[in-house]
Amino acid sequence: MNGVHDMGGMHGFGKVEPEPNEPVFHAAWEGRVLAMQRAMSYTGAWNIDMSRAAQEGLPAHVYLGVSYYKRWALGMEQNLIGKGLVGADELAAGRALHPATPLQRKMTAADIGAALTRGKYGRVATAPARFVIGARVRAKNIHPITHTRLPRYVRGHVGVIERIQGCHVFPDTVATGAGENPQWLYTVVFDGRDLWGEGSDSTVKVSIEAFEPYLEAA
Amino acid sequence: MSDHEHDHGHGSELSEMQLRVRALETILTEKGYIDPAALDLIIEAYETKIGPHNGARAVAKAWVDPGFKQRLLDDATRAVAELGHVSRVGDHLIAVENTPRRHNMIVCTLCSCYPWEVLGLPPVWYKSAPYRSRAVSDPRGVLADFGVTLPADTEIRVWDSTAETRFMVLPMRPDGTDGWSEERLAALVTRNSMIGTGLPKRADEATA
Repeated sequence: MNGVHDMGGMHGFGKVEPEPNEPVFHAAWEGRVLAMQRAMSYTGAWNIDMSRAAQEGLPAHVYLGVSYYKRWALGMEQNLIGKGLVGADELAAGRALHPATPLQRKMTAADIGAALTRGKYGRVATAPARFVIGARVRAKNIHPITHTRLPRYVRGHVGVIERIQGCHVFPDTVATGAGENPQWLYTVVFDGRDLWGEGSDSTVKVSIEAFEPYLEAA
Repeated sequence: MSDHEHDHGHGSELSEMQLRVRALETILTEKGYIDPAALDLIIEAYETKIGPHNGARAVAKAWVDPGFKQRLLDDATRAVAELGHVSRVGDHLIAVENTPRRHNMIVCTLCSCYPWEVLGLPPVWYKSAPYRSRAVSDPRGVLADFGVTLPADTEIRVWDSTAETRFMVLPMRPDGTDGWSEERLAALVTRNSMIGTGLPKRADEATA
């Protein structure tokens, strides 16, 4: 979706402000949110793209107006309600009111090693890659209203295939529950001038990781 | 371990969030979806074990061991796994090399993708709108925000992490460090130098 989360190239957000000696968490609840998110992902209740989609679906002013981990918490609440795992009445009450829904598994202290390892997203290819390294490709001018990982700032622009990263789970379908639908993944490099116009910095090159359905031959 | 009831007074939003998050954890625990003891261990790991010192070890080794450097650039997942990290390394980790002609910078314009295994959790600025919006369109301006100026003819290559591939920068070894041990070199490798918004410390900036 063309949401405010898709920020590449936007103006008006000001300077980057690094924080000296930044703590890992700024409040203890941030750590609980992160850990709950990991633990719920481990149950198989939803996948990483469903988490992203839930956050992207927040109203724009909410997305921009809350802290990072509050956004995670709001997204998690949306998924819990959406998957029927927790009722809105339970969130309001602050305690369980209804029976639990059975989940595939539960993360315990013994699972922590596996839980801290990032998931695997590579899949066996069912068809050869359509593009070769060095090929010129155009990022399609598409505007899906559901989750996608094709940022707006490259749409319609021509780049070059630099790397072929294998065949990966396709976010656009796995986010909606329509399946992993593995697709070839490429590193596509764009010239900064093509993206940002005459007068922009000629030394800049920008790459995205692009799934094959995002691309067409150019 | 459960010290999450002792937030300091950061204002009403945090107090509200403290309550809201505690309620959420209560519900998920009562329903049997999560085990609070497992949450404690995850938090402990990110607070004490998984951080940029892991990535710094890989960088320092690459600086002294050409074979390791090649393996790191060929397949960073396998190469970093050789080091025996606390956190196992996920698939699709990619190291990109800075050279006198090219400087690399990592961003996730769509959310906050970041190589957790080697750098820990991302800092707030990495996840913020100013960085996500400008890293791809004005990387030299972003570098200026960090006090970094590069030669005008250096290529700036920005990697937008739009899939499950994860990137880390292999910065250039600082001058004047010939003969240094890996351990001593690792102390020069800053987190930001592995994101591309900074450079390693100079030899004369080394601490102890």
